This record gives sequence, C-alpha cells and structure tokens, in this order.
Amino acid sequence: MKNDMVLRVIGKLLIPFILLFALYVQFHGDYGPGGGFQAGAIVAAAMVFYAMIYGLSTARRVLPDALVESMIAAGVLLYLAVGFAGLHFGGNFLDYFVLDADPVAGQHRGIFWIELGVAITVCGVLVKIFYLFAQRGQDQE
Amino acid sequence: MMIAVVALTRTRNLFAVVVLFGLYSFLTATVMVALDAVDVAMTEAAIGAGFSTVLLLGALHLCKSEEEKPAHKPWLPLAVTIGTGLVLVYGTWDLPPFSDATAPIHTHVAPRYLADGPRVTGVPNVVTTILASYRGFDTLGETVVVFTAGIGVIALLGRRRYVRRGKQ
Repeated sequence: MKNDMVLRVIGKLLIPFILLFALYVQFHGDYGPGGGFQAGAIVAAAMVFYAMIYGLSTARRVLPDALVESMIAAGVLLYLAVGFAGLHFGGNFLDYFVLDADPVAGQHRGIFWIELGVAITVCGVLVKIFYLFAQRGQDQE
Repeated sequence: MMIAVVALTRTRNLFAVVVLFGLYSFLTATVMVALDAVDVAMTEAAIGAGFSTVLLLGALHLCKSEEEKPAHKPWLPLAVTIGTGLVLVYGTWDLPPFSDATAPIHTHVAPRYLADGPRVTGVPNVVTTILASYRGFDTLGETVVVFTAGIGVIALLGRRRYVRRGKQ
C-alpha cells in the first residue's frame, strides 16, 4: 500500500487526530469514558495504521523495537512505583490518599499515574505483537 | 449480528471470515454503546475490530486463504455445544431478572461506590474510580497479565528469528 496516494495523504491527515483523541481518552478518563487501556489501544491502532501505509521498516524507525520493549516493562514498573510511593508516604500499597496533602488531589495524582502506566504497557504490547506478526510475513517472502 | 454469525459459520473463504469477524466486532461495539458502556465499546472497536483483524490478516498472509473441508462429521461437536448451551440457559433461570434493583450485585458494595466514590476521590467517572482506586490491585494484576502476554509472544516469536539466522 506504499504507493497509494489517497491512503498516504489521508493517513497523514488522520494519524495526528487519532493520537490526539488517544490523549483525550487518556487524560479525560477521570471525567468521561475512557482511561489507560483504551488510550493505549488507540495509540497502538494509530501505529498499526501507520505501519500498514508507510511500511513496517518506516514504522520501526519511528518507534524502534528497543523502545517498544522497554515500554512493556516501563508501564508495569510505573504502576508498581505508584503502589510503593503509597507505602513510602506512610499509607498502604496503592494508597493514593497520602500522595498529596489534600486526599482528593492525592487520588487524582495516583489515578493519573497508574492510568499512564496501563496505557504505556498496553500500547507497547500491542505494537510489539503487531511488529512480530508482520515481520514473520516478511521473513518468509 | 445473527446474519454475520450464520455467514461466519457457512463461509469457507478465510479472508471473508476475517472481514465478517471485524464486522461482528463492530456490531458488538454498538451493542456496548446501547448498554451505556462506552469504555468497552471503544476497546472492542479498537482491539476487536481493528487490531485483531489486522493480526488475522497477517496470519492469513502466512497460510492458505481457503478452509479445508472438515475431516469428520460435525454432529458430535454440535451436540456437545447445544448441550452446554442448554445447561447454561438452565443456569440463568436462577439469576435475578435483568435490571432488577434488588439483585445481590446491586446491594453489596455498589451503592457505597456510587454514593462515596465521587466525594472521596473527586473523580466524577465512577468507572475510573472503581477501576483505578477501589480496585487498584485488580487493575495492577490486569496490567501484569497484558505484560505477561507481551513477554510470551516475544518469547515465542521474537527469538526464533535469531536461531534461524544462526543456523544459516
């Protein structure tokens, strides 16, 4: 699909908006439907779209394998770090009330960070799975 | 949706099956919207309809696009499926009716979440409150499951490339 003019132009137009929508879903998850899992899935979908139009090797330059693999682990570690931050400030594991002087603000902060962790892991795993599958197809050609 | 399912079982061309599968996922997403579960609908549309379709097409690229004729008769699997389905339907007779406000699931902790959640956490979206705050442990486990799935796929598919290159 690399030489398809319409797809390339539409893709270039759409992908920024897909990413923007993912960010909206991520950061507006407190107030509307959405959250980390959905945002991660949408970012991964944008990446898959990009790879389908511009080719796998171009996508790999945008989001290298090493970065994707570290994203998989980084999300879980970020989540765990929030949990241990609760312990560090004198609460229970994953206790957000102690993360800020104001308990409600602490909750906001905790939820923000763990949702980010979920999004990073989900996005990393999905993009990695796609890379591996797409690559198998190319290896055998 | 029924038409999509019947077509799925009848079609032998795997490409058509993949496309119908994506269609079915999108229809499921609209059902989720109708049930006011927009979060689930978003996930279903992105993962079920978009991502798995791409993965299945990638898998299709590696194999034949026409399904083989089944080697044996479908009667025994059909009987097992219908039997299991009947047992499950029999099981639902004991469940409280749909949208019954006095059902146990609505009287246990849900009222507390609904009444206290927004006040205690300051987050208006109750789904996020339960998911991230009350059920933080579960969500951590869920994230670890996704992590494990990714690691498993890397272990299965990622390393084989290097082995093959080493042999050549």
